[in-house]
Amino acid sequence: MNRTPRVLAATGLLAYIALPWYTIENPSLTSYPFGDEGTALGLAIMGTWWLLPLALPLLLCLCIALRNRPDESCAEWLAVLGFVGFAYLLAQGFAVGLHGWNAEWLNALFGAPGPKQQGMGFGALVVGVALLFLGCRGLAGMGWCRGDTFIVSSIGAVGMLLALFVFYPVATILTSAFTDDKGQMAIAPFVEKITDSSIWGLKCLGNGVACGVAWNTIVLAVLTAFASTTLGLAFALIALRTKFRFKAPLRVMTVLPIITPPFVIGLALILMFGRSGAVSGILFRTFGVVPTRWIYGLTGIFIAQVLAFAPIAFLVLVGVVQGLSPALEEAAQTLRAKRLTIFRTVTWPLLRPGLASAFLLCLIESMADFGNPLVLGGNFEVLSTKIFFAVVGAATDQSRAAALSIVLLLLTLIGFAVQQLWLGKKSFTTLSGKGDPGLLMPLPTSIRLACYAVAVPWLVFTFAVYAIIFIGSFVKAVGRDYTPTLASYEIAFRVEHTSFGWFFSGSAWPSFFATVEIALLAAPLTAAIGLLTAYLLTRPDFHGRRALDFAAMLSFAIPGTVVGVSYILAFNVPPIEITGGALILVVCFVFRNMPVGMRAGTAALAQIDKSLDEASLTLGARSLTTFARVVLPLLRPALTASLIYAFVRAMTAVSAVIFLVSAQYNMATTYIIGRVDAGEYGVAIAYSAALIVLMLVVILLIESLVGERRLGRRPAMSNVAAAPT
Amino acid sequence: MKRGPAAVEFHRVVKRYGDVTAVDDVSFTIAPGELVTLLGPSGCGKTTTLRLIAGLEMATTGSISIGGLDVTRRSAAERNVSMVFQSYALFPHMSVVENVAYGPSVQGVRKARAREMAMEKIALVGLEGLEQRAPSELSGGQQQRVAVARALVLEPEVLLFDEPLSNLDAKLRRRVREEIRELQLSLGLTVAYVTHDQEEALAVSDRIIVMSNARVAQIGAPRELYEAPVSCFVADFVGAANLIPAEVDKADGELASVRIGPCHLKLAHRGIGPGKAYVAIRPYRVSIGPPCCGNGELEGHVSKVAYVGDHLEYGVRISVPAVELIAIVPEPMQAFAKGAKVAVKINPTSAVLVPADQA
Repeated sequence: MNRTPRVLAATGLLAYIALPWYTIENPSLTSYPFGDEGTALGLAIMGTWWLLPLALPLLLCLCIALRNRPDESCAEWLAVLGFVGFAYLLAQGFAVGLHGWNAEWLNALFGAPGPKQQGMGFGALVVGVALLFLGCRGLAGMGWCRGDTFIVSSIGAVGMLLALFVFYPVATILTSAFTDDKGQMAIAPFVEKITDSSIWGLKCLGNGVACGVAWNTIVLAVLTAFASTTLGLAFALIALRTKFRFKAPLRVMTVLPIITPPFVIGLALILMFGRSGAVSGILFRTFGVVPTRWIYGLTGIFIAQVLAFAPIAFLVLVGVVQGLSPALEEAAQTLRAKRLTIFRTVTWPLLRPGLASAFLLCLIESMADFGNPLVLGGNFEVLSTKIFFAVVGAATDQSRAAALSIVLLLLTLIGFAVQQLWLGKKSFTTLSGKGDPGLLMPLPTSIRLACYAVAVPWLVFTFAVYAIIFIGSFVKAVGRDYTPTLASYEIAFRVEHTSFGWFFSGSAWPSFFATVEIALLAAPLTAAIGLLTAYLLTRPDFHGRRALDFAAMLSFAIPGTVVGVSYILAFNVPPIEITGGALILVVCFVFRNMPVGMRAGTAALAQIDKSLDEASLTLGARSLTTFARVVLPLLRPALTASLIYAFVRAMTAVSAVIFLVSAQYNMATTYIIGRVDAGEYGVAIAYSAALIVLMLVVILLIESLVGERRLGRRPAMSNVAAAPT
Repeated sequence: MKRGPAAVEFHRVVKRYGDVTAVDDVSFTIAPGELVTLLGPSGCGKTTTLRLIAGLEMATTGSISIGGLDVTRRSAAERNVSMVFQSYALFPHMSVVENVAYGPSVQGVRKARAREMAMEKIALVGLEGLEQRAPSELSGGQQQRVAVARALVLEPEVLLFDEPLSNLDAKLRRRVREEIRELQLSLGLTVAYVTHDQEEALAVSDRIIVMSNARVAQIGAPRELYEAPVSCFVADFVGAANLIPAEVDKADGELASVRIGPCHLKLAHRGIGPGKAYVAIRPYRVSIGPPCCGNGELEGHVSKVAYVGDHLEYGVRISVPAVELIAIVPEPMQAFAKGAKVAVKINPTSAVLVPADQA
């Protein structure tokens, strides 16, 4: 047994004795170490008796570690003490709340109101980490995972993080939906809330009353998914099977949705087709068409979402079309089938699973989308916006938000499950890595013309949308006054030279700096946890690997609005109270985006022979060294991809963060939405345009440095869709 | 850390993956400085056994010791064992010298010293001048040498080879296995060597551990296995053998009287009691001739003839007991055509009695 347990136990004990146990609002040291800023030991002496038992496992572990005999029973003791201690730490945190016991049965058992405490702070964190790692060290000593401390500890850490930041918030949403105002378990109100007519009502079929919000969501999602998949297929066929001369714009189109904040397209549509929009204005002047509000509602959201998600379908389907072996079509050709017949009888059936996969992906994206419905919704409500207004609206109703979240979560999870379980196995495409001989067959003329007819106008439309954002940011007011001006940029990004030096006085700067700061913090963490999880999922064999995989993917399938609500419910109260700062934003980004790093990592690791790691191990390198010196260098492309993705997503995300931003940490996207709300379109589009250009520069810069070529908004899903798992 | 070659001891080691038992109650000892081969068909547990020595798998029960020290629960990094992988597992992002110097450098040896150690082993395997190449720029045989040099650089107590020749072409295989053997003898290394090629095993080993269905079938020197197999499986796997059903009548001293169809002979009984058994004969020790005297002969006819260059291969279908024998006859004085009636004579010195239980 080496030094690790001694260091861990000593650190834990030190934190127990010397670090403030609870979170501190304003550090002043006046009440250290016995008052509000007290250490665990100090507080335990002063009467916080439930912290006293925590000293025991730490002390015992230290004794065992100091005896230092390579003995298996020592390892067993470490494992038991570590995990029991950790469990107790969590248990006391959840049992003793801000206002007394957290559960009815504790009230009944020990009498209300019981002891009180705040959220866990730095001391609790260090003690918890020490105990968890001591337990993992113990398990490694018992021969778990080939006796590898690094692996066991990583599994422990990643598992714990996922439990805390993915499962726990979801569980909180569920319990909050099941309980009434008084904290009692209530099934009937829950059923009532879930089946409410405002969610599932079908009155709209008969008369003019609005339909249930769930139906709105589903109808919108199906329409969007259908249109996006059709367009995506047309683009994919054109890109791979024709001599179309404008393939470069197609490629650009695949990058745009990654770097475009989700609501920007909605914004552009308003600028074009709104009542004072550019196109509306032209129509009014030339044809006398009176501008209406038709863009607000189902039609508008539909157009915006198709603009946003068709490129995603394209990315998935390019993989599928590429994966079709030309030999199959050539075989049909030698059997004297005509080109159209081949397309109908061979190509199309082989494409079908991929199409279904793209369809479901767009379906999920559409249901989870928040930015476009928020900007364009008007009176047309979908689940994600309804959840938002249930939390921040005039009538705040958290349990209603929870119930709506559960409905949305169930819908996306069903789509996700179908995509993963059913289609994952059904795909016909094979990516063997061997070059398939044979020539790709050109499309039959009728199909080719149909593809052009669908794709070309849409491509033009897409570029018009982006053009209006850039043009709009440089004129006085789109649709009314096209005098060129830099006014919008000046308001947003003014920098003044004062006697105190440079002063960033533009209104966008605070949110811009906050966003960059958070994105820079989140990106490396996201990539690190994602790649570490990928390593754990592909290399060591351990029980619960599937569970880990599932948990990691789950955090991907949960819609952003649901994450936002669940984080508020879970982390606004002790024991883990982290809302209102930068921390919760970073945590949110890390766990929402890490599955991408994870998927990129697993795909890359599958290409790297396991015996490389083993060779390193037998040469005396521990897993940590092996990971750093052999695995990581070979994972460079995956690392770059997840870094870019994590950074860009953190800059552009809106759905989850809109619940989590604070005055100090306002994000760029939420600031822009605020401007749209206030009708300041100029500033909003100037800021959006600046973000898009900035992100484009960042991506091109990193790509030119590393040579990574393509990156999907959800490359993970496109991998899943393209390769049978 | 540096010690001479050490003994490896397995004591009742079991390795299970869920319901599958990959290694079942295996015990053996490898003496210091000995080259022991783990031989068996694919899936018999030989590679798992090797990985258990390396610490890449953990035994479910039982104990493993290296150099007298119990290492059962130690990770691979904590054991003084190196391995040459079937795929060589050269780090593609490092040059030859970086690959070989990897071991010492992760042990905290200074860079210059690690390089020195690496160069020494690179010279040992005869690759001077290629140390700056990337592994992908080397031929298969050269890559294999790099893998050996990398495994040797820490002067491990035990060196493991996992089918090191399987990626080489047939001619190279012979030369490389001789080089490995020479290296092992000159450095006095303890080596465990996995292969499924019995010829390779016979050629390089001090002793061979034959494995079958996760268990040890037999342990012994090459000659022992070949001449005194303890089971039909070993007889057939270590050099092909004709297995003829026989009846042991009674044991009498060293010899037992054995009945094969119409023919009676005396063979060393090797602890096999009366009852059913098999007689194993190597194909090239089967002597066939025209039927003559009827006594002590098995009668049959030629069912196959194949000309294989320097010898003829006959298939002979015996009528009693009903069995088909393979006979390899060096360019014979008298050739038989397909369908010809022949008699097989069994020479007691070339036949071995094998127990029937595992047929």
